[in-house]
Amino acid sequence: MGLLSKKDGVLITDPLTDNNPITIQVLGICSALAITAELKASLVMGIAVLFVLGIGNVVISLMRNIIPSKIRIIVQLIVVAALVIIVDQVLKAFAYELSKTLSVFVGLIITNCIIMGRFEAFALGNGPWRSFLDGIGNALGYAIILVIVGFFRELLGSGTLFGIPVLGDPIEKTGVYSIGYENNGFMLMPPMALIIVGLIIWVQRSRNKALIED
Amino acid sequence: MGLKSNLHNLKLKYQGTKMAPAFNAIHTFLYLPNETTHGGTHIKAADDLKRTMNIVIMALVPCLLFGIFNAGYQHYAAIDAAKGIATEASLFGNFLTWDNFVIGAWTVLPLVIVSYGVGLLVEFIFAIIKGHEVEEGYLVTGMLVPLIVPIDIPLWMLAVAVVFGVVIGKEVFGGTGMNILNPALTIRAFLFFAYPTWMSGDKVWVHEAVERAGTADAISGETLLGAYAQNSSLAGIDYMDMFFGFIPGSVGETSKLLIILGAAILIFTKVGSWRIIFSTVIGALIMGLIFNGVVDAGWIGESSKFYGLMSVPFWQHLIIGSILFGAVYMATDPVSASQTNKGKWIYGFLIGFISIMIRVFNPAYPEGVFLAILLMNVFAPTIDHYVVQGNVKKRMKRLKVKTA
Repeated sequence: MGLLSKKDGVLITDPLTDNNPITIQVLGICSALAITAELKASLVMGIAVLFVLGIGNVVISLMRNIIPSKIRIIVQLIVVAALVIIVDQVLKAFAYELSKTLSVFVGLIITNCIIMGRFEAFALGNGPWRSFLDGIGNALGYAIILVIVGFFRELLGSGTLFGIPVLGDPIEKTGVYSIGYENNGFMLMPPMALIIVGLIIWVQRSRNKALIED
Repeated sequence: MGLKSNLHNLKLKYQGTKMAPAFNAIHTFLYLPNETTHGGTHIKAADDLKRTMNIVIMALVPCLLFGIFNAGYQHYAAIDAAKGIATEASLFGNFLTWDNFVIGAWTVLPLVIVSYGVGLLVEFIFAIIKGHEVEEGYLVTGMLVPLIVPIDIPLWMLAVAVVFGVVIGKEVFGGTGMNILNPALTIRAFLFFAYPTWMSGDKVWVHEAVERAGTADAISGETLLGAYAQNSSLAGIDYMDMFFGFIPGSVGETSKLLIILGAAILIFTKVGSWRIIFSTVIGALIMGLIFNGVVDAGWIGESSKFYGLMSVPFWQHLIIGSILFGAVYMATDPVSASQTNKGKWIYGFLIGFISIMIRVFNPAYPEGVFLAILLMNVFAPTIDHYVVQGNVKKRMKRLKVKTA
């Protein structure tokens, strides 16, 4: 027995692998395609969703017995909107360049299916601590895919990681560029993000046959 | 004891192991297998996959040979042009020469080898992992790929694109016969979007034009379409040169005469669909006529950036780009094309129509054929669906009349 009981631990580990929000439930694809051309943007997006989903799940869970079920969607939206505005303002204040890169996609966290999905499916029926773990787990599952996709897209598309050139200078022809390597422009286009997500899904399902649907 | 029985013994020895498909592939590629069908099914037909593919490859060989000579010819012609000497093409005078062949073979054959080597390697790996027989599907793709890329494309880029095209374009859908997109065009599209500087522009189409850019020896490597798109005048270009193919372009697409010859072979052997080939040509001509009409009506001035390509006489669209090559060898791919006869007419017509539209309207893509074919590949099943449903409806009506 560590910090978490086994039943609670599953809430965090499951969304990371066998119940991943992106690769298994295929939710939140839009933002995964739009902002993963840079690793930094992917990471920040992941953290933003982590914050919104972690706190949002707790808030909804605390209010779950007083929310009239007829207007629960509106209440959920208000909670997400409030949290997203906080994220947006913090980004604008402390990382203005990055908030410009992420542009509308920070605001669009509101419409991210993963968040409303977890509110509906989990936070409305579970206590705050378990809801918190579930939110953290799902957000991490989302973030890990974003970071993987962002890693490959930035490395192969721009030859950089977090904006730092790791493969040499494409203009001065140093590093691998000196032997004729060139950046792959296709990697910077959203279709390639879809293909990379597809490849991750492919690898994941061929490792675990139980995940294959009919 | 010949090679055949040796291979057969090897095959038996490795039966049931992981490597079996690889040995089977070599065996069945070279010889007829010893196995015969047991039970009641006996189909005797000559139109198997192997024959289909061999005929397409035979129809492509003239284009490849021409491409080899043309690579050398364009190289020397561009050098002369840079010195101010105009070159007049003559088949035996300065085209079928040893010098041209050496340059061409030195640049084109590596493309062929890389395309086949990498592509077949991927096919073998997939066959071994998935435990099925190696499929012949790559034979034609491997021949098409070197013919539709610029001459100086770096070989590693080609290799990366081939891996991408075979895996994403074909294997993820389940291998040969299951692919939605034409794999050769998937490879070209990947190259085009990934490495645009090597796939378009005014340098890549003639051997060494890229290396010489910016030096005193600079030569032009522009295609005619590129020149048209820039609205530059094309004085001195002979229409017969365009038809016979003494112009810069992708390796195998320049000679319209040999493509027509290839089309004749494909149509005569019923390997390629004449419906698709003709409807593509008709679609292209009609779009060309519409654009000519727009120019004639004076709706568009000479200052417009579309004027250059729009004012091209409609029939010339067939001989300046690679639309014929696409229509004959790419659009007719039986896997990714429409299957119904009516569907083939619609499918081909839209390919021709959209090709010329992309060619004229989008200066970033001076050649739209490959995009048009890929687009219509995606829609081919939809076209088929509606053709079949239309037929079902028609027959249902007849049924009702009878019973009423």
